[in-house]
Amino acid sequence: MSLELTIAIIVTVVGASTPILIAALGELVVEKSGVLNLGVEGMMLVGAITGFVVAFTTGNHYLAILLAAAAGVATSMIFGFLTLSLSANQTATGLALTIFGTGFSALAGQGYSARPVTLLGPLFPAELATHPIWRVLFGYSALVYFSLAMVFAVWWFLKKSRAGLILRAVGENDLSAHSIGYSVIGVRYAAVAFGGAMAGIAGACFPLLLTPQWAERMTAGRGWIAVALVVFASWKPFRLLAGAYLFGLVMTMELYAKASGGPLSAIPAELWSAMPYLATVVVLVLISIRRDASTNAPACLGRPFLPSN
Amino acid sequence: MPNRLELSGITKQFPGVLANDNVSFAVKPGEIHALLGENGAGKSTLVKMIYGIMQPDSGEIRWNGEPVVVPNPKAARRLGIGMVFQHFSLFEALTVLENIALGMDAKIPSRELEARIREVMQTYGLALDPHRTVATLSVGERQRIEIVRALLLNPQLLIMDEPTSVLTPQEVEQLFTVLRQLASEGCSILYISHKLHEIKALCDTATILRGGKLVDTCDPKEETSRSMAEKMIGTGLKDIVKPAGRSFGEPKLVVNRLLTHRTGHFDVPVTDVSFTVRAGEILGIAGVAGNGQNALLDALSGEIRSEDREAITIDGKAIGHMDTTERRRHGLCAVPEERNGHAAVADFSLSDNSVLTARDRLGMVVMGLINSGAARTYTGKVIADFAVKALGPAATAGSLSGGNLQKYIMGREILQKPTVLVVSQPTWGVDAGAAAAIHQALVDLAAAGSAIVVISQDLDELRTLSDTLAVINMGRLSESRPVAEFSVDEIGLLMGGVHGAEAAA
Repeated sequence: MSLELTIAIIVTVVGASTPILIAALGELVVEKSGVLNLGVEGMMLVGAITGFVVAFTTGNHYLAILLAAAAGVATSMIFGFLTLSLSANQTATGLALTIFGTGFSALAGQGYSARPVTLLGPLFPAELATHPIWRVLFGYSALVYFSLAMVFAVWWFLKKSRAGLILRAVGENDLSAHSIGYSVIGVRYAAVAFGGAMAGIAGACFPLLLTPQWAERMTAGRGWIAVALVVFASWKPFRLLAGAYLFGLVMTMELYAKASGGPLSAIPAELWSAMPYLATVVVLVLISIRRDASTNAPACLGRPFLPSN
Repeated sequence: MPNRLELSGITKQFPGVLANDNVSFAVKPGEIHALLGENGAGKSTLVKMIYGIMQPDSGEIRWNGEPVVVPNPKAARRLGIGMVFQHFSLFEALTVLENIALGMDAKIPSRELEARIREVMQTYGLALDPHRTVATLSVGERQRIEIVRALLLNPQLLIMDEPTSVLTPQEVEQLFTVLRQLASEGCSILYISHKLHEIKALCDTATILRGGKLVDTCDPKEETSRSMAEKMIGTGLKDIVKPAGRSFGEPKLVVNRLLTHRTGHFDVPVTDVSFTVRAGEILGIAGVAGNGQNALLDALSGEIRSEDREAITIDGKAIGHMDTTERRRHGLCAVPEERNGHAAVADFSLSDNSVLTARDRLGMVVMGLINSGAARTYTGKVIADFAVKALGPAATAGSLSGGNLQKYIMGREILQKPTVLVVSQPTWGVDAGAAAAIHQALVDLAAAGSAIVVISQDLDELRTLSDTLAVINMGRLSESRPVAEFSVDEIGLLMGGVHGAEAAA
C-alpha cells in the first residue's frame, strides 16, 4: 500500500469517525447521569438539517455548527421534559424522539435536496499540510480537533471535577444524591442538554464535513452506532475514542473493499454494516462474563427518578 | 455548664397522627443519651426536627443554652450536629473518598480531605482505605464511612439512628469503643435503638417515648431490660408460653452432609452440615453474620439445590434435588432474612405476595388461573391474626413498615401450617411487642407438631425460643444440643470458631 493511499485512508477514517465520536461523547455524559437517551439519531438529523440550512443561507459554517447545537439542545429538551419532569419511560421516549427527528428533518429539508453547500475547510493554513505526512496531523477541519479536545474535556470533567463527581453520583444512586441535597433532575437536565448539543454538532458534521448537501436520513444510523459505542467503550472516554476510530475504520474498509475488488469484497455489505453492532454484542458478553469486576455501567441507567415523598 | 441540647414542649402533628406530643428532655455535654421507643413512637420524627429535616409545630430547641431554629440539615451541621442514618446514603461505584467529598458542604481539595480523613481514622481507630470502592466494603465498613463523614465536622452532638441493626457483635463492640471515646471528649451522643441490652451497656440516660409522648427518663443501668420494654409498650410484656413437659416426635427434617459451592465474592458456603429436627422441636442456629447463614437458608429453602438428593429429607423423603416450589409442596416453607425483594415483592399487593408462596399449599391457583378471592381471604386472615398494620390485602408490601411487613411474612408462612419452617432473623428490626407475638406464633406452630429452624444472630432470642441449639462458624455447624446445656460463654466461643474439643483442651 502506498503512502498516499495509507494517508488517504487515515484521513477518511478520521472524517467518518468524528460525528460518531462527538455524538457518543454526549451520550456518555447523559448515561453517566443515569439517563438513557435513545434519540441520538433523531437529534443528529435535526442538527444536520439545521446545520445545512444555516450554511446554505448564510455561508457561515461556524454559525451553522452553533445553531445545529442549539437545535440539538431544543430537541433533547422534549426528551428531557417527558422523561425527567413527567417521568416517562426513557426507552420509549428515546425511540419516539428518533422517529420525530427523522420526520421533522425530512419535512424541514423539503426543497433543499441536491442543493450544494461548501464543506468546512481545514483549520490550519494549507502550508502546514503540504507534505502528506503533515496532512495526517494538520489537514482536518475544526470539528475534528473539537472532537479530540472533547474526549479529554469529558474525561477530565467526569474524573477530576466536583461537578463531574456529582453527575456520576446522580447516575449511581439518585435517591442518595437527592438525600444529600443535590438536584437530581437539574443535573440530568444539564446532562441531557449537553448530549443534545453534541448530537446536534455531530449531525451538522454530515453536510459540513462529509457530503456537502442535504439528503433525507443522511446520518444513516450513525446515531445508533454512537449509542452502541458508549456501551462498547464501557463508559470510558478514551476507550470511546479508540472505539469510534475502530468503527470508522470498519466503515471505511467497507468502501475500500468494494472498490478494490480484492478478497475483502467477498464480504457482503450488510455484514460490514452490522460489524459495529456485532462488536458491541461481543463486548457486552465479555463484560457479563467478568461478572465480579465492575462493569462501570451507571447503576441508575434508564430508571426514572421517583423520590419517595 | 448549660445543656448541650434541650427540647421543651416539642409538638409535631401529621395528618391523622400526633407524632410528637409536648416532648421535653435535655442532653448534657459528653452524655450518651438513649432515645427508646417502639416503631412509630415518634423517635425518628423527633431527631429529624433536631437535624433540621422537619420543623416542629410548637416548642423550643435550645443549643448550648441558646434558643435556635434549625431550618435545614446544613444549618444543623453548622451548629455542630452530626447524624448517622440507619440507611446509608452511599454510592457503591464510587470510592470512600469520593463518597465523603459528596457529603461535605464545603469544597475541600481532595488531597487535604484525604489527610483529614486519615487523621480522624487514626484518632478513633476507624480503619478504612479511602481509595477502596464502596461496593467492596462490608456493612460495618460502610457505616464507618458515615461516621467519619460526621466526625470530620467536629460535631458536639452526634445522632445515631439504630446504628447496630446491621452490625455483627464485634462491629458493635468497635462502634461502642468509638462512641465512648467521643463522649469522653465532650461530644454528646443521641442514640436511637430498641435493643435494650445495648442501651444498658452504653448509655447514661434513656428517654422513652410511646405514642409520641415522653413516658419516662431513666438511668438504664438501674433498670432491667424488661422494665424498659414494658415502659416502651405500655403494658406488661407477655412471656412466651411454652407448653410444659413437651416431648418431641419423629424426626421431620434430617440434613445430612449438606454442602454448597462458593458463588461470589462475599459468599460463605456451608460445608458438611448435618442436623435433625423433630416434630415439635425448635432448633436455633446461632452465629456471627456472614458465616454461611445465607447459604444455609438458600440450601434449605431450595434456592440452591443439592447434588445429593439424600442431603435433605422431610419425613424420610429425599428432597435435596427439589426446587423451592416442590419443597413447599412437600411441606418445607422458608423465610429469608431480606424482607423487601427476597421474602416479598415491594410493588405487589399483599394478596399477590400471598399467592407467590402459598399458591400450591392452599390451592390459590386453579388450572393456571389465580383464585384471587382465596388469596384475599387468606391475606385478610394473616393481617387479622398477626395484627399487621396495613390498609388491607390490596396494600402493597412496600407501603408497610419493616416490622409490619415482617409480621405479614411470618404470618403468611406460619398459617400455611408447614411441616418444616426455616426462618432467618425472624424479628430483625421488629419492636418488642411484635417480636413477642412472632415468637409466640413460632412456639405455637411447634406445639402443633411442626419442626422449626431459626437462624438468628440474637442470642437472647435463640435462648428464649429454641429447644436445641447449634452454632454456625465459617460454614460449619456445631453439634446441636439442648439449649439449657449451653452457657453464654460457650456459645460465644463456638461463634468465634472454638469447637468443643479444643475449648476443653
